[in-house]
Amino acid sequence: MKIIVAIKQVPERDAQVRIDAVGKWIDESDIQFALNESDAYALEEALRLKEQHGGEVVVLTAGPERAGQTIREALAKGADRGIHIESSDLASCDALAVAMLLAAAIRPESPDLVFTGLQSDDLGLGQTGVILAELLGLPHASLILHVEVSSAGLKVKRELEDGWFQSIELPMPAVLTIQSGGNKLRYATLMGIKKAKTKEVRKSPAAELGVSAAPVVVLESISLPQKQRSTQILPGGPKEAAAALVEKLKFEARVL
Amino acid sequence: MSGVCVVLEQKDGAVGRVGWEALAAGAWLGAKLGLDVSAAVIGAGVSAPASAAAAKAVARIVRIEHPLLAQYTPDGFTIALEQFIAQEKPDYIVFPHTYQVRDFAPALAARLGEVLISDVVAIADGPVFTRQLLQGRLQGGYRHTGTGPCFVSVQAGAFRSDTLAAGSAAVTAFSPTIDAAQIRTRPDPPFRASEQTVDLGSAQMIVSVGRGIKEADNLPLVHNLAKALGAELAASRPICDNGWLPLERQVGSSGQTVSPRLYLAVGISGAIQHLVGMKGSQCIVAINKDPDAPIFEVADYGIVGDLFEVVPALTQAIQASKA
Repeated sequence: MKIIVAIKQVPERDAQVRIDAVGKWIDESDIQFALNESDAYALEEALRLKEQHGGEVVVLTAGPERAGQTIREALAKGADRGIHIESSDLASCDALAVAMLLAAAIRPESPDLVFTGLQSDDLGLGQTGVILAELLGLPHASLILHVEVSSAGLKVKRELEDGWFQSIELPMPAVLTIQSGGNKLRYATLMGIKKAKTKEVRKSPAAELGVSAAPVVVLESISLPQKQRSTQILPGGPKEAAAALVEKLKFEARVL
Repeated sequence: MSGVCVVLEQKDGAVGRVGWEALAAGAWLGAKLGLDVSAAVIGAGVSAPASAAAAKAVARIVRIEHPLLAQYTPDGFTIALEQFIAQEKPDYIVFPHTYQVRDFAPALAARLGEVLISDVVAIADGPVFTRQLLQGRLQGGYRHTGTGPCFVSVQAGAFRSDTLAAGSAAVTAFSPTIDAAQIRTRPDPPFRASEQTVDLGSAQMIVSVGRGIKEADNLPLVHNLAKALGAELAASRPICDNGWLPLERQVGSSGQTVSPRLYLAVGISGAIQHLVGMKGSQCIVAINKDPDAPIFEVADYGIVGDLFEVVPALTQAIQASKA
């Protein structure tokens, strides 16, 4: 079984982000980057399937040169090889254009499965996997916590809202977007890190993938959220304040 | 038809809250742009939710019906809406940002060479659609520049469904052509997880506890409050670091990002690492003895006081209001 895992390098969760000089993105000069969280779970699920059924796990990323580090980290955890679509200009692409680049790199590989994380921690669009399925003409399921190979192809556990779940059967090849938390993530071993240095990472310049799409959605500007809420402090002793709060929650905020 | 079309999500014959919120967003957009607003409901038999929607001030309701749409599948819904859009040619298609919409709307948009502007929290003149970036630390203004329809999904709680005026819209039907072989996934009926599973991300109410609780033996106080509310219990980092609650209940930059309808922070000072995980909540309540605690900067309601007195009083008041 050949599984391609599309991964993304994103700013570290605790990185201090500042808006850049032109107000279009963040100043990346001083921040640390890491593997996107749900992509780490996608990689974990792929590695577990490989351990059960054999085959190959290929990590694929689109990004600038620094994203190569994230590929190495995935190889150190056990992925077999990497494909790096090199582009320093992805910020001007919309989700469709990025997915087209990924699809162009995936097609010649003819994988059995394509995994992505549910959504990226930076843009948070949550669409790449679903768009990929459409572009590749493959069935898909999203928000997946668990994957089993079945006689019909795959049986997957999908997270629904409010604590509900659902099993879905679908044929292979297929695209799955993986939700965080389905497995415990492994760490790279020293041996893994050593081995990663010898594994193949194929660089594929974005311009050579034959994708040209004018953006249909443009991120015009970024700003700090208007975060301050006007707080109503409820006066009185504990009993009065508690009673007043219940009234407010029921009839003003209407959340009870 | 041009205009704004809102795709309502229905479950068991009823339109959910986020569906009405999407309709409110669509109505705002229609009013702003001088466009008619219609709504569509998809399923095998959707007379009931269509009638409910027809009682709102919209131009028209469309029932998109086919036996193969009885159960949601991304293939079925994408095919049905693709055909509907080809006929109706709306300028804007507005969805609630639900798990179901996330599962098919990006593919639908891509099929038409478009991109869904997902998880929108506000719409300004332009229209410019605001989305959160970097887990809410920043926000971005997005504009549609494509030539096809503009696809938008709106975040739960971002628009107020109570702004919808009453009306009486005509209901029409649309029958897509779907072949069973086109539906490639086979969903089983949904099932509920055991009560042990913590899914803070989709929790509607969360009671979250911080350092102010002082010791593990005091946790029953907040357990009782959470139980009275029917809320999930969560915590800030120190509580989980101490092992008083499992790590899976941690909210914040190193834990979960949540956006429930109600987030009740008990004894949490509100360090930024915590705030980034919960400030997207619809309604935030803070109980803290320090009036200068940063948690009050993001709170809608606050009680300044001793949590050991306030929390039991609040638990009682909630129980009384439900009795």
